[in-house]
Amino acid sequence: MRLSAGRAKIGGMTNVIETRGLVKNYGELTAVDHVDLTVPEGTFFGLLGPNGAGKTTTLELIEGIRQPDAGEIRVLGEPVWPRNRSLLPRIGVQLQASAFFERLTVEEQLRCFADLYAVNTSRVEEMIRLVGLEEKRKTRTEDLSGGQAQRLSIACSLIHDPAIVFLDEPTAALDPQARRNLWDVLRAINDEGRTVVLTTHYMDEAEILCDQVGIIDHGRILTVDTPRNLITGLGAAYRIVVSEGAIGVEEARGIPGVEAASLEEGSLSLSTHDPAPALTALAERNALQGLQVTGATLEDVFLTLTGREYRA
Amino acid sequence: MRTFRALARAQWLGFVRDKQNWFWILAFPLMFLVLFGFLFRDAGASKNSLAEVGSVAVIDQLPPDAKAQFERLFTVTRYADPAPALAKVRKGDLDAAVEQHGSAVVLHFSQADAVTAARVQGTLSAFIDGANMSIAGVKPTFELRPEAVEDQSLKPIQFIAPGLLGWAVAMGATFNAAMPFVTWRTSKLLRRIRLAPMRTEELISSRLLVSLVVAFVQMGVFLGVGVGLFGLKLTGSWFMAIPLIVCATLTFMAIGLIAGAISKTAEAASGIANVIILPMAFLSGSFIPLDQAPGWLQTISKFLPLGQLNKGMLDVMVRGQGPGAALVPMAVLLGFALVFGLIAARLFRWED
Repeated sequence: MRLSAGRAKIGGMTNVIETRGLVKNYGELTAVDHVDLTVPEGTFFGLLGPNGAGKTTTLELIEGIRQPDAGEIRVLGEPVWPRNRSLLPRIGVQLQASAFFERLTVEEQLRCFADLYAVNTSRVEEMIRLVGLEEKRKTRTEDLSGGQAQRLSIACSLIHDPAIVFLDEPTAALDPQARRNLWDVLRAINDEGRTVVLTTHYMDEAEILCDQVGIIDHGRILTVDTPRNLITGLGAAYRIVVSEGAIGVEEARGIPGVEAASLEEGSLSLSTHDPAPALTALAERNALQGLQVTGATLEDVFLTLTGREYRA
Repeated sequence: MRTFRALARAQWLGFVRDKQNWFWILAFPLMFLVLFGFLFRDAGASKNSLAEVGSVAVIDQLPPDAKAQFERLFTVTRYADPAPALAKVRKGDLDAAVEQHGSAVVLHFSQADAVTAARVQGTLSAFIDGANMSIAGVKPTFELRPEAVEDQSLKPIQFIAPGLLGWAVAMGATFNAAMPFVTWRTSKLLRRIRLAPMRTEELISSRLLVSLVVAFVQMGVFLGVGVGLFGLKLTGSWFMAIPLIVCATLTFMAIGLIAGAISKTAEAASGIANVIILPMAFLSGSFIPLDQAPGWLQTISKFLPLGQLNKGMLDVMVRGQGPGAALVPMAVLLGFALVFGLIAARLFRWED
């Protein structure tokens, strides 16, 4: 069978997506610049980068919506361009815009997509339950809130039980509560064994959801690893913050292991690679009021990789 | 087949649930039908108004059958004095005034309306000739017996209904193809359904089915209102209007697809569709019958798809021609459909 023959095995794991030297130009602009990606089966993969970094174009190339100017793409071992109808039933795509048939209800919408993919209509009910739209089944899509529309759009991309799901900024423009609800749905999708590829410009989202994160900027993939490895790989210092006045700046600088101390907006901020002795010393001086300890985040990773602050 | 059914169903629901669609495609053209229907209700039997000043013996003493015919053509008002009668003729309230002095019959008319004046003059002189001949005891050698080639009861509605129906069908099919595809392209629904294992033919044919159903609803309502309200009489092979409408829907759907392909927004598509359909409707005799139009206009209409549809429908629906009369217009429409269809296929875009 072509499908299994085409799949590359790396360390016993099947790579469901492989790209090599992917390039896409829009006139003068190189939106995607020699992108190499491999995504193992079952991974929750995040493509992280600021707006305009090339996330969506990369995703569209992999989905087979756009023709690459150069490079190779294999999804489930198959070429994606030109439109590969045998591959389409095995991938699910959720687009940035909520693309629905106008004036259909939630139920009718899902029913229509079930028909388009020739799957059992019992999937409609399952999808409604999965994304929690039971009470909206008779509501027309025009009357849904942003979060509900986003969940329906994910349900439509899952109706045919695809092996890979592509989600393009699924939580953009959602309020925090709706974002969290959606995260639960996305986790559930991945837990079922599906490969999920998601683009996002939210660092926290990538850190919380993804097994692997690819950081992309100016069309180039800067690095790919687990969020944990990316952060610890930085060897960055911990930041310890306490209320101002609990201890003097000079005194703080004298604590063993503290590399720097400074006053920032009414707080004293210390930086150290070894937080235990510093915290002990602060506790001994009864100076733990307003304590916050933060490690490095993906934002620091981005800063280190690009030399500039991350702005979504 | 399941894909086709799903797309047709979704498009049908999307269409019927928008009340605006029903207005533009059904209520709006129907308004014209009702308006024209009432406006021209008695136009076929229009009488001329005639003032009889004093006693005009040649009219008063017509034999009974001639008298009856005279009354079908003229509404006679009697005046004792010429002055008020002439004033009315001058103002155009009356078509003419007639008085008799001895053997001279004087007809007063206004040059402001030369056509009416000539008609009244001609009709009246025919009666006077008849009177002269009967007094002279001459038996006429020749007799003119005018007979309309159409059904004797032919009323303006017979011409209005097919023309307006043609316009409605053309409008429906064009807008139904232009607008949804632009909307779907901008909402990225086209991209989304293209990510499903759907064939382009399934998408286009499902849209065609919806447009055909809409066209037949239009036909049913138009004929219903025409027959029920205005006494429209359909002639023998009216059913040939059905294949004619199928061919026309193909043509106008292709035109709509082109309009949609070259437009960025649904508003622009609607504008382009209007710019194509409205002038075409005028040039094709949808609003004004082409029988009285100048020759060049009749020639132009032959080269317009709507002109062909209207001609075909008039021939089979009211002119009493056989089913064969629809074949040439159908062939021309299919030719148009093929050409526009090929252009539409070249221009069609899935993405902006």
